[in-house]
Amino acid sequence: MDDLSSTSPEHFFSDRFNVTPALMERLLGGELARRLDDADIYLEYRVNEELVLEENVVKKASRHVSQGAGVRAQAETRTGYAHTDEISLSNLEEAARQARAIADRAGAPGVLAVPGRGRAHDLYALAEPPIVTALTRKLELLRKIDAAARAADPRIGQVIASLSSEEIVILIATASGWTIGDVRPLTRLNVTVIAEENGKREIGSWGGGGRVPFDYFLEAERWTRFATEATRQAVLKLRAVEAPAGTMTVVLGPGWPGILLHEAIGHGLEGDFNRKGVSAFAGRLGQRVASELVTVVDDGTIPNRRGSLNVDDEGTPTGRTVLIENGVLTGYMQDRLNARLMKMAPTGNGRRESYAHPPMPRMTNTFMLAGQDDPQEIIRSVPNGLYAVAFGGGQVDITSGKFVFSASEAYLIEGGRVTAPVKGATLIGNGPEALRRVSRVGHDLALDEGVGTCGKDGQSVPVGVGLPTIRLDGMTVGGTQV
Amino acid sequence: MSVEALRPELLTDVLGRARARGATEADGFLIEEQHFNASVRLGQVDTVKHSREQRLSLRVFAGKASAAASTSDLSRDSLERVVDDATALARVTAEDLHAGLPDPAELIERVTDLELEDDGAEELSPEAKIEVARRAEAAALETDPRIANSEGAEYWDRRARYVYATSHGFARGYATTSFGLSVSPVASAGGEMQRDYWFSAARHRAALEDPAAVGRTAARRALRRLGARKVKTVEVPVVFDPDTAASLVRSIAGAASGPTLYRRASFLLDRLGKRIAAPSVTIVDDGTMPRALGSRPFDGEGLATRATVVVGDGVLESYLLDSYSARKLGLRSTHHASRDGSGVGVATTNLMLKAGSVSPDDLIRSVKRGLYVTELIGFGVNGVTGDYSRGAAGLWIDNGELAYPVEEVTVAGNLLEMLAAIEGIGNDLVLRDRTVSPTLLVGRMVVAGN
Repeated sequence: MDDLSSTSPEHFFSDRFNVTPALMERLLGGELARRLDDADIYLEYRVNEELVLEENVVKKASRHVSQGAGVRAQAETRTGYAHTDEISLSNLEEAARQARAIADRAGAPGVLAVPGRGRAHDLYALAEPPIVTALTRKLELLRKIDAAARAADPRIGQVIASLSSEEIVILIATASGWTIGDVRPLTRLNVTVIAEENGKREIGSWGGGGRVPFDYFLEAERWTRFATEATRQAVLKLRAVEAPAGTMTVVLGPGWPGILLHEAIGHGLEGDFNRKGVSAFAGRLGQRVASELVTVVDDGTIPNRRGSLNVDDEGTPTGRTVLIENGVLTGYMQDRLNARLMKMAPTGNGRRESYAHPPMPRMTNTFMLAGQDDPQEIIRSVPNGLYAVAFGGGQVDITSGKFVFSASEAYLIEGGRVTAPVKGATLIGNGPEALRRVSRVGHDLALDEGVGTCGKDGQSVPVGVGLPTIRLDGMTVGGTQV
Repeated sequence: MSVEALRPELLTDVLGRARARGATEADGFLIEEQHFNASVRLGQVDTVKHSREQRLSLRVFAGKASAAASTSDLSRDSLERVVDDATALARVTAEDLHAGLPDPAELIERVTDLELEDDGAEELSPEAKIEVARRAEAAALETDPRIANSEGAEYWDRRARYVYATSHGFARGYATTSFGLSVSPVASAGGEMQRDYWFSAARHRAALEDPAAVGRTAARRALRRLGARKVKTVEVPVVFDPDTAASLVRSIAGAASGPTLYRRASFLLDRLGKRIAAPSVTIVDDGTMPRALGSRPFDGEGLATRATVVVGDGVLESYLLDSYSARKLGLRSTHHASRDGSGVGVATTNLMLKAGSVSPDDLIRSVKRGLYVTELIGFGVNGVTGDYSRGAAGLWIDNGELAYPVEEVTVAGNLLEMLAAIEGIGNDLVLRDRTVSPTLLVGRMVVAGN
């Protein structure tokens, strides 16, 4: 199998496709630079492998290669974007012509944006990227997971264990005359089980990963934990009671429940929605939007995390952006276009799903900083409420600020104690208000295991979230028990 | 918007090479497509996107073991690597008794022309396409002074050619076009902002709705949300508008699809032939409707599409199966195989819940106190148990009248109980999307708010 990381991105694209940085810069200078505010060329080569084991049989084994180039031209608020999946000089020239045709239609004299050029990080150089690890080793792990999940409880009927591995090589040439590349490994292991008892069935799921080698899953018996957690969750839900309905105090556990931040405030603080004035947070910089216990950051620079990047997909090095500091709104996440139009600095949040998509402001790893409180004490402080520790997906209406996220493992809190598990329920709130209701913040900040994928405008990108245990006074819980 | 003629011989060569490498059988597809997409915001061009894509995908069988590989690079080297990758993967996967292609005798012989390609219409210039989006947004902005901002309007078109082939010598293809238009205006008043949208999509450009009408509908939808409030937690009848009702139909199709059934991950398991919904409920999937968005002449395994009654008068009459899940369940394929790069799944075509005879206004009038749902958000549907809990926005019904907009509430229940509690079906079915429903009245659900 190819080891894409054994060569630099510059050499990779020039060896394989005869497209050199010099050629890209010439194209930008000649075709694109005139009367534009910004332009770039993005080359991408991606190998993806997917293995799925079901009923102890390999149900899916697949390998995909995709490659392509995206050319972008911008003037004022206009973007022209063209892409091709045949990386060649003639296709790049044609794409550049198409991209420019729209952007310079108005003929406004533009000044090329000069980015704050910083150094790219080195957050995930791996001796053995997961894509090159032998299939036999990967399949052996999936079989062991299947056995471990079944051994954990006799009520487990179905086990689906999957491992996906990916490697992307990119090269970006910007109009301000510099070229930067990145090689990005990514892997994710997932275990889903169905437990069955007396005709009742329930599902449990656990997983994790990051920009890490395959051996990560073998360290500290991580894979065993994924299998037993999925099993525990499914079996627990067999005896879940109806979830309560209405507004109540909610305690969120550490880690993945940080999806609250992603939905409640994260999307609303992306630059594009604020520039257009369609976010519920537009024009609120410097205002209090959360309890003073709350500080939230977006940090793309944490080594080996799923949401981390050495540079974003416009070539800007990622950073650590403080979004909310002690309750006050302090920053937006920006790509180059929106930073330029809002007269702010790019924050390294310009991301795209692939060469087929123009970049936009996106999150990386978004989390709340730890507070002072003991998590057990937080639970004890609640007379009656809900304790939610695992979630499925969430969604937000940027403009009204209303957001939801769905609990997949939650319990009643009765008299300060965690009692019966409840069925899955959606929690709903209003972004600019929800974090004002944070009354306790634990000292147990945890980042999620590395499973998040965020969708926006039809583009999916890997992200991370994190949260310490927190208490929210007054969240609406969408159960069925009135 | 021309797409170069497909080269089906690339695919047949790859299948032949896979046989030479020891595959006992193989199938695959080749797709080429071209997209154009233009968005306009506040009258100005925002983004214009041109793209061309191609992909060849191969699935090989080594006896009963199988694997897949795909590539977007159609050079000779790359195609050889696809064959190597797939055959190497197949060697390490274990045998699966139910794996294999359908019986070649069952494959479609003649590809019916479902008029899925608009080859008559004159190609519009990029400027003319941008103008379509501009007119739609302008109509939204002119509707009311409270529509002062917009997330924009979008026009898109797509032209694709597809060919499917097997190592038994089968090779058939077809071409499709699609055209679409959407508008997302923002209404504001007294510091409150509400967004909504509307769209039109069609296989033939001439069938797109008038851009100004799409814009005005989007504006009306955003405007009626202004002044939204939360309601008290209560158990009441819930009326789903056609769009939100269609999402319920999609959930039923998901639970009726083969892969979720053989994994025992479906609330419709062991219910074939049994009553699962009110007797007035009939759900049909029909892939043969001319010019429809979900139509296709054959499925992802070369089997002719047809009309399938999934639910007939409240009884679950058919699952949705590809050959593999059919064999696993001891049934026959219902010709619903879909292909992506990594293998075979199940997909519906044109899926619809049949219209009733009551007007949507009369359905609302029949409710003394309840919620009319116009938007659902979130992923709170448990396909294994049918437990249902989603975020909702809409209008409160008071004495049979739409009284005021509602937001920040959830609607919850269980899909099987909701299906049984369908007390009214509207006469307003319009085939404007791949999955459609008329307005539905569900007798009782929990609305959670204050």
